[in-house]
Amino acid sequence: MLFFVEQSLNGLQLGITLFLMSAGLTLVFGIMRVINLAHGSFYMIGAYCGATTMAATGSFLLAIGAALIGAALAGMVVEVLVLRVLYRREHLDQVLATFGLILFCNELTRIIWGRQPLFMDVPPWLGGSIELLPGLIYPIYRLAVIGVGVAVALFLWFLFSRTRLGMQIRAGAENREMIGALGVNIRLLYTLVFGLGAMLAGLAGVMAGPIMAVESGMGEDILILTFVVIVIGGIGSIRGAVVGALLVGVVDTMGRVFLPSLFRIVFSNAYADSVAASLASMAIYLLMAAILIWRPRGLFPAHS
Amino acid sequence: MKTTITILLTVAIMAVGQAAVAEPVKIGMITTLSTKAGYLGEEIRDGFQLAIEQEGGTLGGIPVELLVEDDGRKPEKGIQIAERFRTRDGAKIFTGIVFSNVAMAVVPKLVREDVVYLSANAGPSKLAGDGCSPNYFSVSYQNDNLDEVVGQYVSDAGHKNVYLLAPNYPAGKDHLAGFKRYYDGEIVAEVYTKLGQADYAAEIAAIRAAEPEAVFFFLPGGMGINFLKQYAQAGLNETIPVYGPAFSFDERILGAVGAAALGVKNGSQWTHDLDNPANIQFVEAFRAKYGRTPTLYASQGYDTARLIGSGLAAVGGDLSDLEPFKAALSAADFDSVRGNFAFGANRHPIQDLYIREVVQTEDGTFTNQTLEKVFSNHVDAYAESCPQ
Repeated sequence: MLFFVEQSLNGLQLGITLFLMSAGLTLVFGIMRVINLAHGSFYMIGAYCGATTMAATGSFLLAIGAALIGAALAGMVVEVLVLRVLYRREHLDQVLATFGLILFCNELTRIIWGRQPLFMDVPPWLGGSIELLPGLIYPIYRLAVIGVGVAVALFLWFLFSRTRLGMQIRAGAENREMIGALGVNIRLLYTLVFGLGAMLAGLAGVMAGPIMAVESGMGEDILILTFVVIVIGGIGSIRGAVVGALLVGVVDTMGRVFLPSLFRIVFSNAYADSVAASLASMAIYLLMAAILIWRPRGLFPAHS
Repeated sequence: MKTTITILLTVAIMAVGQAAVAEPVKIGMITTLSTKAGYLGEEIRDGFQLAIEQEGGTLGGIPVELLVEDDGRKPEKGIQIAERFRTRDGAKIFTGIVFSNVAMAVVPKLVREDVVYLSANAGPSKLAGDGCSPNYFSVSYQNDNLDEVVGQYVSDAGHKNVYLLAPNYPAGKDHLAGFKRYYDGEIVAEVYTKLGQADYAAEIAAIRAAEPEAVFFFLPGGMGINFLKQYAQAGLNETIPVYGPAFSFDERILGAVGAAALGVKNGSQWTHDLDNPANIQFVEAFRAKYGRTPTLYASQGYDTARLIGSGLAAVGGDLSDLEPFKAALSAADFDSVRGNFAFGANRHPIQDLYIREVVQTEDGTFTNQTLEKVFSNHVDAYAESCPQ
């Protein structure tokens, strides 16, 4: 039972990381109708900025600040220089251009930071583990990741439903021409939205830094999962991103953990392990297929 | 007198002509310089280049030209580069491939031509066994050598059961097979994870619940960094020791793992602290030139270059007939930085294998220290199935 609780926490934590990534991606698609494959690059930029700042100053909070600023700036520069000319073009053009950006960013980090992965450690004040329940020991840092994710979800909810900026963003998603005619600077608004999306990816990156390898190309692994999340959740919907991310996080984790023991009941150990391993890596894609059959536009389609 | 001068002039002209004709021997290096794994190719190339520079642009006194291209870890790109080096540049000596899947796409086809391939890293079992070729030499190892040595060590250390972890792809299974070949205890579980997996929280919780006496993992590159950091954060490194082949513990990866790898024992055929004259001068020269400690990949690149040098010197740089050159290579008449080095019947190394431990140096960086020699003159498991 404790084991189940611990694995649920692991699934929750993976889901939260995915949420930080997919919130930005789905936001950009929902409002600007741009497919941005380079979203993983902002994750990487966040992690690199964070790791460098932490190595220089030793402060994790400064590292988070640097990651947020670095990723947001990178996002806004990309929006102004690359995406602005692509809004009216087809999705395929956007995919090609942003795929090119991935290659560009990966090579740029290699030029600036060199080929080997960077080091980033858990800050001492978040290090170690605590006993949540008797016998259930969990790393504090992972709890902190969960906390940050929940805080971001609340912040986004507040931003979109309670502020003037959020109202304008929602209006822009509904009708670009109309909000322009009402005197809102839609270009600036788009740049801000894109910067916000990149910033969330950067936050995910810097939070991942202490537990994962900070290396060139680190964004692509998580990008695939992120796309699965937003497809499940319904492209363009923040609520969908929350639900989709948690679903993917939990299903992926539980599949990895419990499928082998499930198969061991029926098959020999070695055979069960290899079948379970293959099936576990497919689990989230099966989930995606099942949800798309049931609801072709995802769980919470943004524009019905 | 006149005749004498004419003859002398003719000789002089011919000599000049010959010097102009004697182009450097071209060596084609197909390696991985981009992608996450780009540092591996960089190490091999830098080690190789160091050997050429130390001899003033020659290997074994024969001028050489090193052609390097990045395969981007893609088999089809490796094939193209090899074809280009062979037909356009006329290279007859090839080396450099980092990954076994690239090697398996490039090497079997390439060595059917009149060329020699010397592996500076990848050593897939097929090329050591029934797919071996007289034109193929592995200077590094057969892939699972470094797992075999850990298997033996973990048995000797008295761990009665062990938990295995590797990515779900052919090399992952090969490496675990190498470990199991020499480990005589019980296997608690054999877990295959997604290739490129970033988060190991679920697997680590499962390890904690299974309570094995030891963990053996093969997770190359970033996967190993992720696993080691998360394993240490879960506090398990204090209760259940982890072991692995050297691939997750080279000096550049250790920089990214930090204290989480401290004390981990891993298997390798080489470490920078091996006490032999060839190695001492290599490590010193490498540090002076590149400002970092060489990894095992750099040592393999360096050894490959020096082996080629010994072959070129033996045939005076004449590669019109490759048989004498290959015979000279087989003799392995060079001072390997590993100390003992000879080729077996399948042209794979017969070498010593060590267990080393990750330690922290006085300046705070993390590095490996040789702990003990487990195998002397070890022959790989596939040598017997190589037809002679």
